[in-house]
Amino acid sequence: MKPVKDVGIIGYGAYVPRYRLPASEVARVWKNGEDVLPVHEKSVPGLDEDTATMAIEAARSALQRAGVDPQLIGAVWVGSESHPYAVKPTSTIVAEALGIVPNTLAGDWEFACKAGTEALQASIGLVGSGMARYALAIGMDTAQGRPGDALEYTAAAGGAAYIVGPAEEALAVFEGSFSYVTDTPDFFRRPYQHYPQHGSRFTGEPAYFKHIQAAAKALMEELGARPEDFTYAVFHQPNIKFPQQVAKMLGFRPEQIKPGLLVGEIGNTYAGSSLIGLSATLDAAKPGDRILLVSFGSGAGSDAFALRVTEAIEERRARAYLTREYVSRRKPIDYGLYVRYRRKLHMH
Amino acid sequence: MGIPAYWRTRAQRYALVGEVCHKCGAKIFPPRDVCPECSRPASDPFTFSGRGEVYSFSTIYQPPEGFEEFVPYTVAIVKLEEGPLVTAQLTDVDPAEVHIGMPVEMVTRKLREEGEEGQIIYGYKFRPLLRNTLTPRPSGQAA
Repeated sequence: MKPVKDVGIIGYGAYVPRYRLPASEVARVWKNGEDVLPVHEKSVPGLDEDTATMAIEAARSALQRAGVDPQLIGAVWVGSESHPYAVKPTSTIVAEALGIVPNTLAGDWEFACKAGTEALQASIGLVGSGMARYALAIGMDTAQGRPGDALEYTAAAGGAAYIVGPAEEALAVFEGSFSYVTDTPDFFRRPYQHYPQHGSRFTGEPAYFKHIQAAAKALMEELGARPEDFTYAVFHQPNIKFPQQVAKMLGFRPEQIKPGLLVGEIGNTYAGSSLIGLSATLDAAKPGDRILLVSFGSGAGSDAFALRVTEAIEERRARAYLTREYVSRRKPIDYGLYVRYRRKLHMH
Repeated sequence: MGIPAYWRTRAQRYALVGEVCHKCGAKIFPPRDVCPECSRPASDPFTFSGRGEVYSFSTIYQPPEGFEEFVPYTVAIVKLEEGPLVTAQLTDVDPAEVHIGMPVEMVTRKLREEGEEGQIIYGYKFRPLLRNTLTPRPSGQAA
């Protein structure tokens, strides 16, 4: 897919909370310390953090990098599966905090782990059609796994924000995008339920691998591009193994996914996962580099994007905190503090 | 405070939007009707950069109602780089690390929740400055 007018990313920003729960702590409490750990550790939000506060910080960095008048932003779209309210948009809180209100679209997007890239696709359409000069798309989550479940090792907090604008102002231009969805119930959560259900191994082959490969292949075919034409690639990262495996299946080398592969250190940030992989990759990219980004959201679908980095990257990058600065700001906590911080401890 | 009172103060709470006196140029926070420096009417909105330093602080172990779940937490008077002193919670910091003169930056965080069913109140807090070589967010009159 390509919009009528060429568009690109003009600003981006990441956010990861300060606390880390080592996977070994989960194994200590639930598996007698004996388990194959899917990540080294995961990020945990502080007591005063949620998807709105984290989205605000990432969006502030994106705005700082973009250097545009917030009043020219025509949409604020926040993708998450952990919006603080069941009814009341996260996006209006973000829009208010950034001075984007009142003449703007604002809404929350939901599609498990691809809610953020869905917002990004829509931003490309909105800006590319001329309906808005700029649009802000955010993928951010404070994901929860049931205590003792396999997801507890990885369900983490973090994400990234992107301001989409005209290609002439971009630090990375969209060469094209593609979306691929089917009704595949690999992971879901019913209303009023606190924790999601997942289909264990069913989350792999028919879900993650099928949708990512289909979207990536279709986009590369549309663009006449091969894996080796891209400097970097980012795939949704629910654990360390899946993105490495899908990269190999598609013909990408380990070095191509290395800068964006953060899951081992921060866990799976759900709607933020592929988007924070992209922000870490942009932190490392040089003008002329091409980047392939492919998300995956359960339910299920993938959005694929091809980007070409421009000369503007270096100066814009220096205007805000790098993804790595948040990743390396870490305070490890034990399972007890994790239970308190994630409000699993009932006081009444 | 009820919903309307929180709603009226949202700009100052979320983004440190204060005022600048158009007579003497003093930067004012929180916003008020009269400039505390020259007593003239003050009304032009001014967004503070969010940078400052700890002027004084105290760690709270016996919290007021609504803040029980955060103990122990540190409250500080922060001297903003534009001049005003602001009282706020510190966040992302261990109480033992806090010291007078510590460089801090504003973040928007959850202040409290009005029970399980009520609204979530967001507002400014300050955390240790992540990196001081970064150019601060531009402060200015675009609110």
